[in-house]
Amino acid sequence: MSFILTSIVMFVFWMLISGETGVIFIISAIVASLFVSFISHDLLFPNKNTTLSLKRLLRLLKYSPWLVWQIVLANLDLIYRTLHPSLPIEPHMIEIETDLKSDTGITILANSITLTPGTVTVQARKDGSFLVHAIAHGPANGLLKGTMQAKIKAIEGDEA
Amino acid sequence: MDHSSIAIIIVGILLFLGCFLIFVASVGIVRFPDFYSRLHPAGKTDSMGQAMILVSLMIYEGFTLATIKLIIIVLFIFIVNPTATHALANAAHAGGVVPWRKGEKKR
Repeated sequence: MSFILTSIVMFVFWMLISGETGVIFIISAIVASLFVSFISHDLLFPNKNTTLSLKRLLRLLKYSPWLVWQIVLANLDLIYRTLHPSLPIEPHMIEIETDLKSDTGITILANSITLTPGTVTVQARKDGSFLVHAIAHGPANGLLKGTMQAKIKAIEGDEA
Repeated sequence: MDHSSIAIIIVGILLFLGCFLIFVASVGIVRFPDFYSRLHPAGKTDSMGQAMILVSLMIYEGFTLATIKLIIIVLFIFIVNPTATHALANAAHAGGVVPWRKGEKKR
């Protein structure tokens, strides 16, 4: 299943990048995508359970508008802090605990922490705990409240 | 291709905002006191600035194959930029770089 899905994704990607529709191009696209998915089909869908991966992808799409809004807020916050004459920053490290278990969930949370206001992930550990560098106390409180963790837990789902 | 003037105005505004964000990121990298806090403008403001410039190019281009390639590039930047920032921060932490505290001298 993951083999077929990976070949389809690779083929569509090839067609989008090349934009050529000649027969020779399509044949080489098919050969190349089959070969690539033969050697690495377990990388794109590492789970045995491919429907779960697809479900997670759909939930991720639902999550992304909120993330984009957070990125905009993060940039406004950074513009303010950078251009303010007295540089209002108070850097400190914080530890947060989450109950995320899958690699997907941990990766999404680590990247989201870096993109959202005032925080950069320093360490993401396998057990779901994170070491985060916060630029000031205000924006870091949002992370300690745990709204983002709950949203990403919802993406991950209960199925392991 | 002919462009309506409204589209051109939106393209100009987005290009300006993108360049402004990248400018702010550069100022931040110079002004912030230590390695970890410099990662904040480098990781966030840069990716947003690049995304804005590329989105303005998408609007300029209209719906063509180039637009789809630009969308793929934007997605790629939003995955890769925070990952690279995290790799840098993790390497600094493992190498024993101590975070700057308020009141210390700029490094």
